[in-house]
Amino acid sequence: MSFEYRVTGGDFTHAGYASSQVKKMLKQLGVDSIVIKRVVVCLYEAEVNIVAHAWDGIINVELDTDTIFMKLTDNGPGIADIEQAMQKGFSTASPEVREMGFGAGMGLPNISANADRFLISSEPGVGTTLQITINLNSPAV
Amino acid sequence: MEKAFFHHALTIREDICTGCSLCMRVCPTEALRIREGKARLIEDRCVDCGECFRACPVHAIIIEQDDFSRIFDYKHRVALVPAVLHGQFRHEVSMSEISAVLKSLGFTWVYEVEHGAEILKPAIDELMNVRTLPRPLISSYCPAVVRLIQVRFPALIRNLATVKAPLEMAAFYCRRVLRDRGAHNAEIGVFYVTPCAAKIAAVKSPVGEESTPISGVINMDFIYNKINRTLRNKGELPHSDDHAYSVDPDTLVWSLTNGEASCVNGRTLAIDGMSNVTEFLEQLENDEISGVDYLELRACDEGCAGGVLLSSNRFLVAERLRNKARNLQPGNRPAEDREIPDIEAYTAYLMNKVRITDEIKPRSMYRLSGDRDEAMRMMKRSRRLMCWLPGTDCGLCGAPSCQALAEDIVRHRGDISQCVFIRESNLEKELMDPERAAGIMRRIWGDNNFEKNCNKKGAENESN
Repeated sequence: MSFEYRVTGGDFTHAGYASSQVKKMLKQLGVDSIVIKRVVVCLYEAEVNIVAHAWDGIINVELDTDTIFMKLTDNGPGIADIEQAMQKGFSTASPEVREMGFGAGMGLPNISANADRFLISSEPGVGTTLQITINLNSPAV
Repeated sequence: MEKAFFHHALTIREDICTGCSLCMRVCPTEALRIREGKARLIEDRCVDCGECFRACPVHAIIIEQDDFSRIFDYKHRVALVPAVLHGQFRHEVSMSEISAVLKSLGFTWVYEVEHGAEILKPAIDELMNVRTLPRPLISSYCPAVVRLIQVRFPALIRNLATVKAPLEMAAFYCRRVLRDRGAHNAEIGVFYVTPCAAKIAAVKSPVGEESTPISGVINMDFIYNKINRTLRNKGELPHSDDHAYSVDPDTLVWSLTNGEASCVNGRTLAIDGMSNVTEFLEQLENDEISGVDYLELRACDEGCAGGVLLSSNRFLVAERLRNKARNLQPGNRPAEDREIPDIEAYTAYLMNKVRITDEIKPRSMYRLSGDRDEAMRMMKRSRRLMCWLPGTDCGLCGAPSCQALAEDIVRHRGDISQCVFIRESNLEKELMDPERAAGIMRRIWGDNNFEKNCNKKGAENESN
């Protein structure tokens, strides 16, 4: 099954919708709550990244009985140095975004830690694409 | 059939239910359906929050209670009374008067539940110091919230603070005191005057615990009416000392919103009302909330002052109780209790019993099937059905939402023709004959709703 959710840059009010929808589906499938948590952490962090940094973006979710694949593609400033962005605590978030409790620089490392497979590619000035795969049968990180 | 997960204190009286569907529309776990003109409960989804009880315009939902005469099965008859009972009466009515009425009904000892919170303060502190536990810890005080977490937010079960309620601590204390004075356990009956259905259900089938020190429950409205009658028949109330409480001011308001949270160290938050609680848990489960150490969650607005078995306005109850707490002279105890050691004297004994030791198990209401492949097939089918259902959530199918109907259908508990939009469109295309369509509507809503009835609420000759 595949689903598509649009994300608007700067709209923190509606961030989290995709996570809630995906969470409900995983509960219907009877996926272990620890695995659900990992999926939700990845998806929410990635969604908030788009809201915080990009102009807009699309989340594509592919779900089957064993795996969930989430691809987040945004139109935005992109990431100049991915290696640096993957370090804990590194953040380019504006003071306003930090004020709202986001942008602590934990997003990408957190996604990476919770995903079974994580791919990131970016082109400065164009946008960023994240590909996250989580095996629905293994609770261990 | 799936077996019922919980004991339920709420029962629908079919002879009274008019199938108006108001209950179905307010249920936070979509546990109600309308069939044959009556509300039907899906038991494993119900968390006993009492929202349906509040919504029912004809009082068809009743809350079970133990037969009052059962108290006389015991030689020692303890009434455990929560402070909100007292909060329902005018300021002049003292706890000792309330206590006197309860004794005239047959109880031998009247003890305030909130004493038990004295034991919980150190027990919660102890948990808060365990660094390996997840944050926020969620109070397990309100049984409806614990059950809501079990059925809707199983990932948050690990956040539940594994301590029992003040009620259990008070009950253990009373039993111990009486045993120390020579009573046998079997001679002691401990009865809880309950403000809500969830507490009854929790006493009858405690979550994560095998046995309970509580022998039975008495509904608070029953006691309220008894006290009110007695007080009114006495005419002028005698002047009495209103400082008969020995409960500490901060534990006296434990059951009110922020009563518990304000006693816990760290960044705490108090949230009341089923929809507020649900919204917050949804965000917490999404990891959208961080930095909170302790969460006090209560199903009812204003905490237990809003319990479904209270007869007075919840805001007045809360205000009176806060005033009482403010004017309290700590340590001033009812004369007859003075020779009994305080609950604090049994701290070591009670701290041994305070932890919930058995596992609190998830009971997901969302899971479509135990078999993943089957669940996937069902989910796909339910989503295909949603392509056709209108998404208006009108409830005419007898389910609370289009999604609920779609899931009912894949669980073989419903049929697509229950949807009035589908039926209308089939009638239009002459794929269904009108008689069959009407028959379906009658099977959902019952024959009565198709007949003229001038006695119904709002009609010409309204009568109940």
